[in-house]
Amino acid sequence: MLHLILFLIFGTVCAAGAVNVVAQTHPINSALSLVVVMGSLAAEYLLLGAEFLAAVQVIVYAGAIMVLFVFVIMLLNAGAEERTQGSRVAWLLGVPGLLIGGGLIAWVLLNRSGTRTVEAGALPGPPKVIGWLLFHDFLLPFEVTSILVLIAIIGAVVLAAKPVTAPPAKKEG
Amino acid sequence: MGIGTYILISLVKIVLALVVLLTAVAYTVWLERKVVGHMQNRWGPTRVGPFGLLQPLADGAKFLFKEDLTPPHVHKLLYTIAPMLALVFALTSIAVIPIGNSVNIGGLHIPLQITDVNIGLLVVLGITSLGVYGVALAGWSSNSKYSLLGGLRASAQMVSYEIALGLSLVGVLILSGSFSLRDIVNAQAGHFWGFVPNWNIFRGGQIIAFFIYLTAAYAETNRIPFDLPEAETELVAGYHTEYSAMKFAMFFMAEYANMITVACLATILFLGGWHGPLFGPPLLQAVLPVFWFFLRVFGFLFVYIWVRGTLPRFRYDQLMAFGWKFLLPLAIANLVITALVVALKAQFS
Repeated sequence: MLHLILFLIFGTVCAAGAVNVVAQTHPINSALSLVVVMGSLAAEYLLLGAEFLAAVQVIVYAGAIMVLFVFVIMLLNAGAEERTQGSRVAWLLGVPGLLIGGGLIAWVLLNRSGTRTVEAGALPGPPKVIGWLLFHDFLLPFEVTSILVLIAIIGAVVLAAKPVTAPPAKKEG
Repeated sequence: MGIGTYILISLVKIVLALVVLLTAVAYTVWLERKVVGHMQNRWGPTRVGPFGLLQPLADGAKFLFKEDLTPPHVHKLLYTIAPMLALVFALTSIAVIPIGNSVNIGGLHIPLQITDVNIGLLVVLGITSLGVYGVALAGWSSNSKYSLLGGLRASAQMVSYEIALGLSLVGVLILSGSFSLRDIVNAQAGHFWGFVPNWNIFRGGQIIAFFIYLTAAYAETNRIPFDLPEAETELVAGYHTEYSAMKFAMFFMAEYANMITVACLATILFLGGWHGPLFGPPLLQAVLPVFWFFLRVFGFLFVYIWVRGTLPRFRYDQLMAFGWKFLLPLAIANLVITALVVALKAQFS
């Protein structure tokens, strides 16, 4: 019972934070709302019994990636974005899309009573289980993902590096 | 035990831990001023109380009665929240830190720890990784160039050194096979070769990991020689330039609380926690482990202050190069070698 109440509270916080990310005009407020979303997602994982995933979510997403977001916003000194009246396409495609998508999800949830939802505390939680899954059952996808990340890093370095024209600067001694 | 007793005991433990931690914070400041004073051939605080022992109280009163100034150009909400974030995250991580075995009071078995979670180490890392928001947001919301530069430096530095810090701990995790801080301490009981204590720092080259941890921890807590975010010769006071009174004091307390957390973690992970010689009557035997624990924490804090009194500040590019090009490869090498040794041992025994 307590689990359900907490789950609903954090779910509401998460959804409200997600809406707030879009609704805020200042980038830093949006970024901080995203931190709240990450934090409440971690709480949801914890309630489902995936304590390792929850901790990693906080360390990696809230503690490192979002810090870099905030860092970039600070570095560029981004100001508040300008409000436009919204494009017509957004209304023409967005509202029907939202209605259809929401209707589909509701229909599936209502009709497929056999849909397996996760019980509270049923997710694989202990680090040992996660490690076994990552390095045994899903070793190939795991390694492929790491190579993808490596490619992304190399791409970023290539894009950021200035083309070498002058001889490289001497190392200071 | 019933739920009522459990909540009551937990509350008592939380209040006790907070009181002890905040007192420790106040007296670490006193210790630092005293020790650095003696290292620089002066006396440090002497006027308030014997040996200046009441100085922290006087400082606290002063902070409370100073005018709490909010400069006109700041982002009000974030400017107010930032010091609170810094202090809250600094104080929260003490919740999973064990300071001794358990005690029996009136038939109740009470562990000397607010709560023992099986991912204790990850909880500490997670909470400290959030602590950077206090500093970064303070720098940004102050709307001043010195604060902004301090905040930028702090976030870059803390994200960079967090990686080396985390990797330096993995060797210890491999050796003890658990994330629970209590299990890690229990794995370090006893001796090997008859006299060397079985602490992680002496096992399988983990002294390198300890060195990496020490260095990265100084950078994480923004202490000399890595106190670039508040380098007073360049940035006035860095991210807390625009803060005064209790808001400034919150940053100050957060810094020292983080130092104490780092010292506790070093004690638990590398220095054998509360293990030590036990002797004397039963009451003394019950108190001694906690004493050994606090002695190590004190020693670690003393090294902190000693380094502050000894080393000059790094240049910023040196700081980044040191973190990424030296500490990180060293941490990875240490991790690979430790894993290899443990795997080979398991293979041939």
